[in-house]
Amino acid sequence: MAIAGVHNTEQARALPDHDSTSIALVGALGALADAGVTPHEVDGVVGTDCAQIALELGLGPCARRPTSLGIPALLDAASLIITGQCNVVLVAAGGAGIHVDRASTAPWTRPANELVVGYGLFTAAEFALMARRHMLTYGTTPEQLATVAATIRTNGHMNPDAVYHGRGPFTPEDILASRMIAEPFHLLDCATTSEGGCAVVLVTSERAGDCRAPLWILGGASDSFGPAYTVAPVWDFQPRTDSPPAGLVGARAADMAFAMAGLRPADVDVAELYDPFSFEIIRQLEAFGFCEPGEGGPFVEDGNIAPGGVLPVTTDGGTMSFSHPGINAQQLQRVIRAAQQLRGSCVTNQVDGAEVALCSNGGAGALFCDVLMLGRERP
Amino acid sequence: MSILLPQPVGIPAPRPSLHSEAYWDGCRRHQLLYQRCAECGYRGIGAFTVCAQCHATSPVWEASTGTGSLYSWTVVWRPPDPSFRVPYAPAVVRLDEGVWMMSAVIGCAPEALHDGLRLAVEFHPANGEITLPYFAPTRDGAAQ
Repeated sequence: MAIAGVHNTEQARALPDHDSTSIALVGALGALADAGVTPHEVDGVVGTDCAQIALELGLGPCARRPTSLGIPALLDAASLIITGQCNVVLVAAGGAGIHVDRASTAPWTRPANELVVGYGLFTAAEFALMARRHMLTYGTTPEQLATVAATIRTNGHMNPDAVYHGRGPFTPEDILASRMIAEPFHLLDCATTSEGGCAVVLVTSERAGDCRAPLWILGGASDSFGPAYTVAPVWDFQPRTDSPPAGLVGARAADMAFAMAGLRPADVDVAELYDPFSFEIIRQLEAFGFCEPGEGGPFVEDGNIAPGGVLPVTTDGGTMSFSHPGINAQQLQRVIRAAQQLRGSCVTNQVDGAEVALCSNGGAGALFCDVLMLGRERP
Repeated sequence: MSILLPQPVGIPAPRPSLHSEAYWDGCRRHQLLYQRCAECGYRGIGAFTVCAQCHATSPVWEASTGTGSLYSWTVVWRPPDPSFRVPYAPAVVRLDEGVWMMSAVIGCAPEALHDGLRLAVEFHPANGEITLPYFAPTRDGAAQ
């Protein structure tokens, strides 16, 4: 099957005329138009709002999968097509009107579980506990973390579609000078919050023949160690004596994705990595095999993830600068940017001749990580 | 230099669930409990009803010595909810029984936190019903 269309709606700090479903619908219509597919061809909808979207687009009877998050939603959509249940599947997500209490962090960052809630845990602290352990083990430095944030935020600074367009450029010193949130993370090491919608359209290989710029799913897989923000985020936690540590979540998924694609990390032209916090990029680079364990810090410090580097990362500005609209849309947006890179349609930071893109979701602090690989050529 | 303190009463407090009641009852009488599989001895993470190793369904609650070592920590300056007093230091503690637990370190300056810092449990109320286990450096405080 192929990705036939992608679309990001307007992204902004707030979209007061929308709720999450209505902005997801705007994304859906945009992706269908991009694909050149009429809405009534859709026979499957994936995403937390799938039933309402099916109703409003008049798609019934159709398949629906209320899968949250980006890459898992996309893999579910792909399986609907591979198993012959659907010909055209819409994956749509949106976030608006959710983060209204500005005295608190965004609601999806605040866990309610009884074993963590009393200790003031939230996503920044959870990811910080993983980052600290890596720093203790490998000597990873705050400057290396700041290099990641400066690179991605500068990518967003250049991107006219980014919520934080024009706010930079950023140096690592700028990141380190921002106020401390949860050590080792400064404000600018952390994701922003915003509102927006997006969607992806998947079609059968046959239907893709009529689409203007289909892209191909080369491989994809998911890793989880348990529920996010419920138990202590422990790098060395092994549920079985023969399992890898939780700090390497996503390594198995990446191995599987590379094996499906018949490719190696060196074959990847651009990596649209999910960037909830600066350290998570360093961790993913190691877990996915782009560098050795403990080498992620020096790898980013040497400029490898910057535009023009060996592996440009999160080229639209990611959740740190492009957009971060709730737990679903922001993860799907990594897939959308990867698709734009392979089409050669990026207005900024286009990687020349990009043939293979890897994108990711999640992170160690949340105990899950998903990997998807896209290609320009049909496998 | 600020000293890390327990949170004031009024923070978002834990709501005990069906299988965690014994844990919170223990905290109320200032006794730290952990779960162990009665069949194979596995000590899990979090609260569980099935052993992740042998899949027996008979976990039992055991009393911990309440001592352990600092494994990882952060110092929070921007809390998720305004009721938390900053700075505070969420931490992963490795109990001497080999159990990972989420807690927070109190009773020292943030600068004194280091890998392997020896810690002992202390209990402080989160509200009228819930008592939270915190950890403070032991008197010698040295890494072991």
